[in-house]
Amino acid sequence: MSQNYHIVCLSGTREKLQMAAMFASVAAATGDQVTVFFSMNALPFFIKDSDQVPTVEGQFGELMESEAGVPPFKQLFKSAAELGDAKLLPCSMALDLLQIDGDALDPELGPPTGLTRFLNDAEGGQLLTF
Amino acid sequence: MSEFKTIDARNTFCPGPLMELITYMKQAEVGDMLELLSTDSGTASDVPEWIDKVGHEMISSEKIDDVWHLKVRKLK
Repeated sequence: MSQNYHIVCLSGTREKLQMAAMFASVAAATGDQVTVFFSMNALPFFIKDSDQVPTVEGQFGELMESEAGVPPFKQLFKSAAELGDAKLLPCSMALDLLQIDGDALDPELGPPTGLTRFLNDAEGGQLLTF
Repeated sequence: MSEFKTIDARNTFCPGPLMELITYMKQAEVGDMLELLSTDSGTASDVPEWIDKVGHEMISSEKIDDVWHLKVRKLK
């Protein structure tokens, strides 16, 4: 039976972005419904042509940075959307603070979404925060 | 015909090989057989799990010289 996962992605650290992306891609590709809500320090990585590099929290972040074979988190989120129809939604508040609109983000991101809408959609599903 | 399309996902870490397999699986025709090569041990247990959940066929799983050879058939 398929699950309904709502992933809140807030942290700008490599470890948390990576784990959220792994979770989203595997769940979506397995047939689960996945919605990812990006806000706070996680959002700026999805601005078009952003060259921002996530900070490393500890040993695993360093290991992942040094291993060429670790799939980049942005590629995994993209796979989640392309292979499993995951919805990748930017937080409208965070966009307001950054003074940009949704068009400034990578094309795989969906429409700017407020918390009320996200919470309504998340009702009855599982909520995971990274 | 018993011809496998080989997907070389060696030296990439989880969930890279699984995502490669799923990408090719989407493009394949029903009945097509794929062989995934992976050096990631987690992949060797994740692929049968995914195949089982999604409803395809796991033909075989074999480790040869530190490389997993995972053979699958698309069923739907």
